[in-house]
Amino acid sequence: MSAPSAIGLWGVPLAMIGGAVRVSTPYIFVALGETITERSGRINLGQEGTLVFGAMIGYGVAIMTGSAWLGVAAACVCGGGFGLFHGWICSYPKVNDIAIGIAMMQLGVGLAIFFGKPFIQPAAPHLPAIPLGWWSAVPQIRVALDVNALFILGLALALFLNWAFRNTRYGLMLRVVGDSADAARAIGLNPDRLRLYATAIGGAMAGIGGAYLSLYYPGSWNEGISSGQGLMAVALVIFARWNPLGCFFAALLFGGAGALGAALQSVGVTQGYYLFYAAPYVLTLIIMIATSSRSHSLIGAPGELSITK
Amino acid sequence: MMQIQQLQRALALETIGMSKNFGALQALADVSIKVAPGSFHALLGENGAGKSTLVKCIMGFYVPTSGAILLDGIEADLGTPARAAALGLGMVYQHFTLVPSLTGAENLVISRADVGAIIDWREETRRLDAFMATMPFEVPLNVPTGQLAAGQKQKLEILKQLYLGRRLLILDEPTSVLTPDEARSVLGLLRQMTRMGDLTVLMISHKFHEVTAFADEVSVLRKGSFVGSGRTAALTPAQMAAMMIGDARLAVMDHRASVAAGAEPALLVQGVTAPDKTGLKTISIAHVAVKPGEIVGIAGIAGNGQKEFLEILAGQREMSSGSICVHGAAYHATRLEARQRHVRFIPEEPLHNACAPKMTVAENLALRIFDTNAKGEKRVWLNQTRLTSHARRLVEDFNVKTTSLASPINTLSGGNVQRATLARELTGEVDLLIVANPCFGLDFSAVAEIRARIMAARNAGTAVLLVSEDLDELFELSDRILVMSGGEIVFETPIAAADVATIGAHMAGHH
Repeated sequence: MSAPSAIGLWGVPLAMIGGAVRVSTPYIFVALGETITERSGRINLGQEGTLVFGAMIGYGVAIMTGSAWLGVAAACVCGGGFGLFHGWICSYPKVNDIAIGIAMMQLGVGLAIFFGKPFIQPAAPHLPAIPLGWWSAVPQIRVALDVNALFILGLALALFLNWAFRNTRYGLMLRVVGDSADAARAIGLNPDRLRLYATAIGGAMAGIGGAYLSLYYPGSWNEGISSGQGLMAVALVIFARWNPLGCFFAALLFGGAGALGAALQSVGVTQGYYLFYAAPYVLTLIIMIATSSRSHSLIGAPGELSITK
Repeated sequence: MMQIQQLQRALALETIGMSKNFGALQALADVSIKVAPGSFHALLGENGAGKSTLVKCIMGFYVPTSGAILLDGIEADLGTPARAAALGLGMVYQHFTLVPSLTGAENLVISRADVGAIIDWREETRRLDAFMATMPFEVPLNVPTGQLAAGQKQKLEILKQLYLGRRLLILDEPTSVLTPDEARSVLGLLRQMTRMGDLTVLMISHKFHEVTAFADEVSVLRKGSFVGSGRTAALTPAQMAAMMIGDARLAVMDHRASVAAGAEPALLVQGVTAPDKTGLKTISIAHVAVKPGEIVGIAGIAGNGQKEFLEILAGQREMSSGSICVHGAAYHATRLEARQRHVRFIPEEPLHNACAPKMTVAENLALRIFDTNAKGEKRVWLNQTRLTSHARRLVEDFNVKTTSLASPINTLSGGNVQRATLARELTGEVDLLIVANPCFGLDFSAVAEIRARIMAARNAGTAVLLVSEDLDELFELSDRILVMSGGEIVFETPIAAADVATIGAHMAGHH
């Protein structure tokens, strides 16, 4: 046990960076998915339910097939199904997307608990990590740099979306539909159909985020696996001003805050560290208060979003 | 893309016996109009005369009940908007259809039907530059269109139609959001293009001076029927107006009583500042005073802080500094203060901003008095008999057309909602009336009546602050005109010395 003393208090930021990378991945996926959905002019609060259901189905399929990646694929498909359902209901007139989202959240969590009972005991294969810290002899560094492939996929997705919103036809169509349904109809786009697809893709990504939770970190299935990441990711999208790269960095920030408690514990702080487990929630509140205003409207918000109308 | 670069001949349009029924309602009855290729044609008519129905049939949004459309003399099947577009018909709407967060270039490219899955911006920019070089006016294409001024947006709407290769443009009141200068420049350019034979223009309007100045011919609709057409050079505005309204009688306005010179202002606004709705700009009103018996008009293009100023006066927006005084005492727009000092308020779009849309006409008319008795004392229980008789009296006095007092107010037409709001706000003692765009979207008879009511209130000694985007209205009613631009009052003139060109220049920010 010479290593911890060798790096001393440097262990805290190191553990936080490692924790940020580990904890942020589900945030990245849910937030990027929600960005797609919200850029189309809908808000899907059901992401929390999709995340939990994705965690359960990913774990279950991984146990039954023995392949963690098949679990991720199953979670992705089921998440897409949840998104389609949300988008389909919301395509009817006078349906409120927020109310449906809350109902979908309850449905997703409820179904996950109902079907997930048999999977609490058995252990599923984990998603492999890429040991980017192989060059170092310090175990903390090696642990911190064990990066999951999904994290890298998330970064790639953020970069891709950032490019695609500006440089592809579907990116522009999505922005048109999200900013002005009338303008979209005037150029012959069908807002409901595009929003349906956008919500489905958003749900699929939340499903992947869920599979990461149960198949990598924390890496088991139980009913309390999500501590509200699905909902906080929605707040994170607003904080990131609907910008994919912003979402990625905001997710890292939230992840880092989430890792604070564990990091303090790892360097031997024994008292009060559990208070820091609340850091992500406090951060959400602070960000929401700091970025909201009674007299200003949000800049960069898609014009069709019900919360900004 | 190639068809855009070619020189195109303008389209000729003819409708033959167009009729459109919505259930039992006949919105369009046997309308035949003829628009010559390369002409600038105006379509006149009151609200509800069938202009929009006619152009929607032409644009393929509606399928006409009977009748045919000829393009260049050949019967055309315009069943859907996409088909109409493919045949070269384009429409510019009264409200912008540009997507505010997209740049001009993105707006143009995404509106094209054949855009590829991945957009090659280098190639698109080259093409757009080549296209813009052939156009008579320039609009910056690399900023989000939400940041453009109204005139530039309208130009970009027109550019978009030309970029898409349209040969006949239908414009629906294209100048309602423009300054007089911008309107002249946009219409002038369109006229120039029609002269060159590139384009045919069909413009819906009810501004006679624009029709006279720019259009070659007019067609007039009234109550769904075609009532006449002719060359604009041979028609006076009075003749056109007569065709539009038929033999309906318009309310006559009072003569202007003189303003008492030494009177203390009823409303005094000093040094008011407040952030605007984006929080990035500041509304700053140094000094506005309105005396009893005068109408002070505030001109300005929408979005220059008028809305925020009205919200401050209505107590809906907090001020950072400054003071508002009514009759010499500080005023905070509470219900009690408004009642005691007889301040009344008619915001724009009264159905949404001054009414509870699903509540009944009687309930809406009672919003000022429902919690008091006849002596103005507070009451907990409502006196339904009193409220009903109050509503009945107001409906009769102000000619509000409603099927019953118990109908929800949102079943009334726009003119009748405005009449009802005016009835509520002008009944009883009124010392200060703040009113915004009172005649927006109303027909001639409602406009004449509402303006006459406001003038009558002024002559009875009410101080009136009138915020309007309609310069004609301001010139007709105001004793003084102030111009608001960039959140400040930038110009003031008494009506006798007021000049449209000067006011227009200040509205556009040249001061």
